[in-house]
Parts: sequence; structure tokens; C-alpha cells
Amino acid sequence: MSDVIKTDAVIIGAGPVGMFAVFELGLLDIKAHLIDILPKIGGQCAELYPEKPIYDIPGYPIVTGQGLVDALEKQIHPFDPTFHLNEMVESLEVLGTPEHPLFRIATDAGTTFEAKVVLIAAGGGSFQPKRPPTPGVEAYEGKSVFYSVRKMEHFRGRRVLIAGGGDSALDWVLNLHPVASRVTLVHRRDEFRAAPHSVNAMRTLVAENKMDLAIAQLTGLKGNDGQLSAVSVRGADQVNFDIECDDLLAFYGLTMKLGPVANWGLNLHENLVPVDTARFETSTPGIFAVGDIITYPGKLKLILSGFHEAALAAQRAHHYVYPDKKLLFQYTTSSTNLQRKLGVS
Amino acid sequence: MLDTRENADPMTKITYIDASGASRTVEAQDGSTVMETALRNSVPGIEAECGGACACATCHVYVADEWSATVGKASQMEEDMLDFAADVRPTSRLSCQIKVTPALDGLVVSTPDKQG
Ligand SMILES: Cc1cc2nc3c(=O)[nH]c(=O)nc-3n(C[C@H](O)[C@H](O)[C@H](O)COP(=O)(O)OP(=O)(O)OC[C@H]3O[C@@H](n4cnc5c(N)ncnc54)[C@H](O)[C@@H]3O)c2cc1C
Ligand code: FES
Repeated sequence: MSDVIKTDAVIIGAGPVGMFAVFELGLLDIKAHLIDILPKIGGQCAELYPEKPIYDIPGYPIVTGQGLVDALEKQIHPFDPTFHLNEMVESLEVLGTPEHPLFRIATDAGTTFEAKVVLIAAGGGSFQPKRPPTPGVEAYEGKSVFYSVRKMEHFRGRRVLIAGGGDSALDWVLNLHPVASRVTLVHRRDEFRAAPHSVNAMRTLVAENKMDLAIAQLTGLKGNDGQLSAVSVRGADQVNFDIECDDLLAFYGLTMKLGPVANWGLNLHENLVPVDTARFETSTPGIFAVGDIITYPGKLKLILSGFHEAALAAQRAHHYVYPDKKLLFQYTTSSTNLQRKLGVS
Repeated sequence: MLDTRENADPMTKITYIDASGASRTVEAQDGSTVMETALRNSVPGIEAECGGACACATCHVYVADEWSATVGKASQMEEDMLDFAADVRPTSRLSCQIKVTPALDGLVVSTPDKQG
């Protein structure tokens, strides 16, 4: 993926605020690409509380987290945004000048963008895998402790310990068992959140002695120079023992971490990005920030506040994307021009 | 003397013991949760990243053995979330899922060494 994607705007984070920014930018003819590390759109609403009701979205007396995300997706559809999911934005470089900004944005999957404006809608930070509760785990990460599988070949012929009880853990047990020399699944209880058919498939493998299952919790790691030799666990009977292995694949859910946003040369205040409230622009001209990631006097971490912020950021972004065009204030109700863009006129 | 306990002291008291053994007793509003009560009273040891949605497991507590039966067991959804907590024990609960009632007056919970 060496081709650079050239676009008007890159939105970092596809939470509710990043999504609505597509709408506000779209009304002003600004095309956007959205990037999110999650495999799905919707940020906190979709990841943390898809089934819970929200009561303070104007005009919706009640809507669930997922319901709001679905409605937003429909609302922004006319603007045909491109989503790049499962990708984390790692770097954001300034190429242009303050008058004519241009940015290069690169993700951990190797996708590169060149955009005239950037909107940071990174919310509470990027959702990242939680570390297992074992001291010193950092030293093993990327060498013999992993939170996702990028290359299955790495595990060929190795003794792999997989920790967790959800779909990711069970799916990798089933996928890696033919590749690894031995797979051991470790979970704290003999009940699994994963889909019943994968649980049954796993139980069959255990019954046929093709893999091992340990009902236990991880307590420590043993090894040298980042290479594991064993994982210490405590069984349900509170007895401690070691399981020898070459790799650990741990699935302990997700947590929000500020992540790479801290490395982009922006002013930060207590892990938040300060903005001016007329334009929602950061300390770097052309880089805007909206939603939960920002701070200003009176900021509320509410979805409705994020929507307002996106509308104002878009107005200022227009100035950079179309420096020679004057911006006319128009209503979607009455402007045939806006209605054409929305595909309703 | 009339027993005026109800009127004089209508609040439910909860004691939180942190990993170092320090204990704090605070008054809890009936209907709120053990997590909310901790946050409202700046009791350390509970993070509650998801604000009580049973979606983060950073409000993990150990219910004192003698209270375990009164407090009750975790629901299925809570058990699923406890999979993401560290050092889970038989009396582990997510404090955002424990509703304060007068029956819990005197409740003692300990917070783990580390959340999440
Ligand atoms: C349980 C709960 C209940 C809530 N209830 C309400 C409510 O009733 N009303 C209300 O208004 N608000 C509520 N909120 C708050 C609301 O969800 C947030 O205000 C809102 O999600 C913020 O939206 P956002 O788009 O700014 O960020 P988020 O929703 O946090 O989305 C940010 C996205 O950016 C991604 N990201 C960050 N950094 C990177 C990177 N470097 N590369 C790629 N992707 C990245 C993240 O993975 C994430 O998906 C609630 C929150 C919670 C947890
Ligand atoms: S506060 Fe997140 S699970 Fe209790």
C-alpha cells in the first residue's frame, strides 16, 4: 500500500463526533476519510454501550448507543465517506505552511494520506488491548507476548498459550491448533463468552487430547530477553503452577489510551487537546480537534457538544480547503444547493 | 427511649479497604451503587472507566466474606466482564453492579491492588 491517498480531510477516530463531522464537512463540499483502530465504527457508543439507552440526544427522547451510530451512518451516507478500520494513526506530519496547510498521515497498516485539513476526533484515545495482569509483561511484548495475530506463521511449531474466554481467544485456539505444536487455553472459569459452536469445537479438541485447557488465572511470566519459557498461573483451587510455552496470546479486552496523539507535536493539557472555541482548531493551523479529546473552559464530554464542535470546525476547515471561496451560511431546510448534496432535491 | 435510628441515621454506611489495608467508611445514598459512592467520596482504588456500564471491569472489589451472601452473586453479564479483571476471587464483584439498599448497611468491600 505505497500509494498516497489524497483527500481534503482526514478524520482520526470514527466515534459519533468524527462521524458527524463527515456531515458538516460534506455540506461544505469537503471530502473526508475516517480512520479508526476498532474493527467497527461508532467509538464508545458502539464499543462500550451499544445496548444502553441515551436520553440526551436532541430530538431523540431515547436511542441506544448502536441505534445512534446506525442513524449517523445513514445520515452521512450521501457524503460517501471512506472508512479505514482496524488501523491506528501513528504519525501526523506537517508538510504545508500555516496559510496553506498540508499534512501527511500514516497508519500502522502502512496506509498514507495527504490531507489539507485533519480533524482529531480521538475521544478517550484509541481502544487498545489491555495488558494481562502480569508484572514485567512489557519486556515480552511483540517478541513472545501478543494481543492479536498478524502472522500465523510466527506460531508454527511453537507452544502457544492463549488466555481469555471470548470469541477472539476461542477463534485463535481453533485457528492455531493445526499450526502450533501445542495450544493451551487458559481461562479463569469453565464458562466461555465465545460463540457456543467454537466452545464445543474447543471441548472436542480437549477430549481428543489435541490441546489443553487450564482453568486458571495468569500470575506471572518466566523467560529471558523477551522470550517466554513458561507462564505462572493460579488454578481455581488456589494452587499455583507453571505452564511451559513459547508464546502467549492474551485477550483481556480493550481499554482507551491516549496513544500516538501525544506524539504529534500538539499542545496537550492533562492528556487533552486545548482548542479555541470559535474554530476548534489546535495549536497547529489546519489541525482541528473535536469531541471527548478536547478541552476548553466549560467543555462537557457529551455527544451533543461534540456535534456543535464539528459544525464550527468545518466552517474554518472550509477556509483552508477552498481559500478562494466565500462561505455562505445556508439551512438544509431551504437551500436547494445543500439539498442537492444530500441527494434529496 | 424511642428507637430513632431510622430518622437519626437514615444513610447506609459502606467501608472500603484498600490494598494497603487503609479503611474508609462513608455514607451511601440508597439506590446509588457501591462504585458511585466510592467516586463521590473520593475513595481511591476504583477507576470506573466506563462510568458504570458494566463495560470496563475497573470497579472490581472483593466483598467481605460475611457480606457475600447478602450482596449476592454477579449476573451473567457481570461474570463475563470479570473475565477482564485481575486476580478474580470467589467474592469478586463489579462495584457498579451493586445497588445500595438499607440491607447493606455496614457493608465492607476491599479494592484490589490494581484495576483492569
Ligand atoms: C457508559 C457510557 C455512557 C455514556 N452516556 C452518554 C450519554 O448518555 N450522553 C452523552 O452525550 N454522552 C454519553 N457518553 C459519552 C459519549 O459516549 C462520548 O462523549 C462520545 O463517545 C465521544 O465521542 P468521540 O467521537 O469524541 O469519541 P469516542 O467515542 O471515544 O471515539 C473515538 C474513536 O477514536 C479512535 N481513535 C483514537 N485514537 C486513534 C488513533 N490514533 N488511530 C485510530 N483511531 C483512533 C478510538 O478507537 C475511538 O473509536 C457515555 C459514555 C459512556 C462510556
Ligand atoms: S464501572 Fe465499568 S464495569 Fe463498573
